[in-house]
Amino acid sequence: MSTAAETQAGDGAGDVLRASSVSRSFAGVRALQDVTLEVRRHEVVGLIGPNGAGKSTLVNVLSGFDRPDDGAVELAGRDVTGWNASRRARAGLARTFQHSRAFPSLSVRENVEVAALGIGARPREAARRADALLELLGLEKLAAVTASALSHGDERRLGVARALATEPHFVLMDEPAAGLPEAELPEFAAVVRSVRDEHDAGVLLVDHNVALVMDVCDRIQVLDQGRTLAEGPPGEIRANLDVAAAYLGESAAE
Amino acid sequence: MPLAVVDAQTLVDSVALGAVYALMAVGIGLVFGVLRLVNFAYGQLVMAGAYTLAFTSHFHPAVSIAACFAVVIALSTAIDLAVFRPLRGQSPAVMLVTTFALAFLLQAVARIVDVRDGTIGEPVRVVGRLNRAVDVAGVNVRQVTILAIVLGVVMLGLLALLLGRTTIGLHMRAAAADFRTARLLGVRSDRVIGFAVFLSAVLAALVAVVLTVRRPLVTPAYGLQETIVVLVGVVVGGLDRLWTATLGGFAIGFATGLINGVLPTDKTIFLPTAVFTLVILVLLLRPGGLFAPRGAATVERV
Repeated sequence: MSTAAETQAGDGAGDVLRASSVSRSFAGVRALQDVTLEVRRHEVVGLIGPNGAGKSTLVNVLSGFDRPDDGAVELAGRDVTGWNASRRARAGLARTFQHSRAFPSLSVRENVEVAALGIGARPREAARRADALLELLGLEKLAAVTASALSHGDERRLGVARALATEPHFVLMDEPAAGLPEAELPEFAAVVRSVRDEHDAGVLLVDHNVALVMDVCDRIQVLDQGRTLAEGPPGEIRANLDVAAAYLGESAAE
Repeated sequence: MPLAVVDAQTLVDSVALGAVYALMAVGIGLVFGVLRLVNFAYGQLVMAGAYTLAFTSHFHPAVSIAACFAVVIALSTAIDLAVFRPLRGQSPAVMLVTTFALAFLLQAVARIVDVRDGTIGEPVRVVGRLNRAVDVAGVNVRQVTILAIVLGVVMLGLLALLLGRTTIGLHMRAAAADFRTARLLGVRSDRVIGFAVFLSAVLAALVAVVLTVRRPLVTPAYGLQETIVVLVGVVVGGLDRLWTATLGGFAIGFATGLINGVLPTDKTIFLPTAVFTLVILVLLLRPGGLFAPRGAATVERV
């Protein structure tokens, strides 16, 4: 096991999303302490840890919804620490949200179209891309439905479709599987893989469902109390979590 | 209300008044949708347009109307740049009070500008000929009444097409639903806001043309009362839903016309009392607006 801070980027600097030694405190509580995390294109990185470990803070810092007190965020070789979320989004960084951010009054297809148009696609192309993504996410039958009428699981899928419509190089998925029925998890894992393999993007997957994360991720980083606890391939993390659970109780494996 | 008292003439006039108010409601609703700003100064855009028509009365009507559009659009854009933009992100209360101040500032400016003959008030002659009546199926209808109805229908139709079928329309609806997320997805906020402000100015200029035919004497307070009534209609219709807000604007215009037609001439003083009492009753019974789905949660503000 190696700590994340020591991990070196093997690829060219242009293909990495990186948080370097970021720290963030809220009213004296240290949500993140000197955390380094890397996502390369064409890989799925899992981020797990108990509630309050700093996962959401890290996603916010990466996506530009929050600024680190210390440390830097790098996107495709550029220091984007001072960039806001919209600018990072235009530079190829997409995210999904824990809570649905679908436009409730727009149809499912329109929700995806807005995202495609936002990066400059022609209307016809945007519609075509929306249809393709809805099919990928299994939402094609709901294309004309108003987003406010979607079930929880379908909302999650719409969030992913919308993120992909911006043709991102990196996708941050904040608990995308929460609310998905157990039976649909394998299908969702396939979607995450296709984001990596067909859309050629890097994925940061934050989820409480450890089985899903173990199944789909190339690499996993474990946060606990704002610090990196472990980092490595799923098999190694699995073994570590078992050890941790034996000594520390279940908290690290949650 | 005894229906027998309502003749066809009154009905047609009420529909026309409803159409004018609906256009104003759309103008206010469009800007509210993307800025979450209730523009109390909207009537002063109409006033500025009306004064432009008055001051250019001696020109060809086409020139005069073009000038009216130019002035209203320029004023609206200037207000957006100088006042609304710096206020972005402020609380709705701050923005509302600012537009109050703006409304009265523009009125005060109008008082300074309007000093010809030492009397306040300028008659508009440009399109006065539209007051001539034509016979429609046995009913005497003024041309302007027909114009108002046609304009209302055409503009609302065009707007529906624009919002439903075009990229900028889709962006406006997305921004109205959730401005932050829309920006995150690459929707250009300044373009969307600029376009909403432009559209609302075009509507204000149209309203100025129609209103000045109906009431040719332009005063600094021109458009103020209409704004209050339309705002009430918009609130009754549901401030955050453009089409029901428009319907609310139409409804209150229609109701005003109807009550006006039904009340005996010496009782018209009761008109505002009746209208506003009705409005308070509606808001007490349906605080989310007349057309809100029952039990619907309050829409989260951006």
